Amino acid sequence: MYVIVAGGGKIGANVTRSLLRLGHEVTLIEQRRDRFEVLEDEFEHQVQRGDATELFVLERAGIARPPDIVLALTGDDEDNMIVGQIAREKYGVPKVIARVNDPRNQPHFDLLGISPTICATSSVMALVEHEVPEHDLIHLLELRGENLEIVEVQIDGDSPSAGKSIEALSLPEGSRLISVMRSGHAEIAVGSTVLEAGDQVLAILEPGKEDELRRVLLRR
Amino acid sequence: MLNALVIGCGRVGSAVALQLHQEEWDVTVVDENEDALSRLGENWPGRFIVGHGMDAALLRDAGIEEADAVVVATDGDNTNIIIGQVAQKRFDVRCVVVRVLDPARAKFYAERGLNTVNPTSVAIDALLDASRTCAIPAAPPEAEEVVG
Repeated sequence: MYVIVAGGGKIGANVTRSLLRLGHEVTLIEQRRDRFEVLEDEFEHQVQRGDATELFVLERAGIARPPDIVLALTGDDEDNMIVGQIAREKYGVPKVIARVNDPRNQPHFDLLGISPTICATSSVMALVEHEVPEHDLIHLLELRGENLEIVEVQIDGDSPSAGKSIEALSLPEGSRLISVMRSGHAEIAVGSTVLEAGDQVLAILEPGKEDELRRVLLRR
Repeated sequence: MLNALVIGCGRVGSAVALQLHQEEWDVTVVDENEDALSRLGENWPGRFIVGHGMDAALLRDAGIEEADAVVVATDGDNTNIIIGQVAQKRFDVRCVVVRVLDPARAKFYAERGLNTVNPTSVAIDALLDASRTCAIPAAPPEAEEVVG
């Protein structure tokens, strides 16, 4: 496939290298001269110098073909949003993935329909929450396209669900339990699975059902 | 009284803010740099908020929800385009005006319903008009002497 990568920092350069190794055709765009010269030594004609939010730079990189996917990976959120909008809406690029540098800008990406996005800070925080749970319901994954999310819930001794089988719980509509992790061992959740204190339960649910699910499993 | 929110207090933003204030608008100005306040003169009577226009909480504090007009004129085209769209789509501001220097991006976003002002194309047109005027030969001095 053909890929345009905007931004030749650590992420953009490593992604370009990986895609080339997989046999894909890639054009990388980098604005800064010093950085461009470093990249040119490695990627030769596959890197171009310019501002990826300028239409003529994108056109020189072949945006009008259009590419199968555009990766907006610069260190500037505004630039990534603009690259995403121009790629999708002006040139009909079917897929755009954008990097979010400052998680506070995530709502702006969502507002403009730039999706999927990847944010290192949010990923690190999700792992921190997973490793050191501070909250009773941890968001693990958001499936924006499907309008579903996957959360993790820790069952403790006071939880009303402890000692009950899953089929005996009246789980909110639009939610399902996926798996139960018990003493380092995960099992697929079925109706007859009996929850115990200490279980880590994965659930899939529609956004907005968190409170209902929390009430049924934890009564909080 | 009409409310205006001006984001970016450089040469353009400050002049717009001062003029709107003269015309009896209630004006709030946002700039990242607190020194930019000096562009508004000694006794700026409106509000001045230090911060970034991408910050939705700051926009709310600055009264974007009550603004009749939002003028976005920071020194970054892409920043202006995003803030303009946030004002329009998230906060439903009726009148949003955005400064975009690059004619290509100004045109693309204008087609998508953003009110972009493009100083570059204004300058190009003015320079072209001025050049064309220069190219028209002035009346020869002899003719004037004859008339006189």
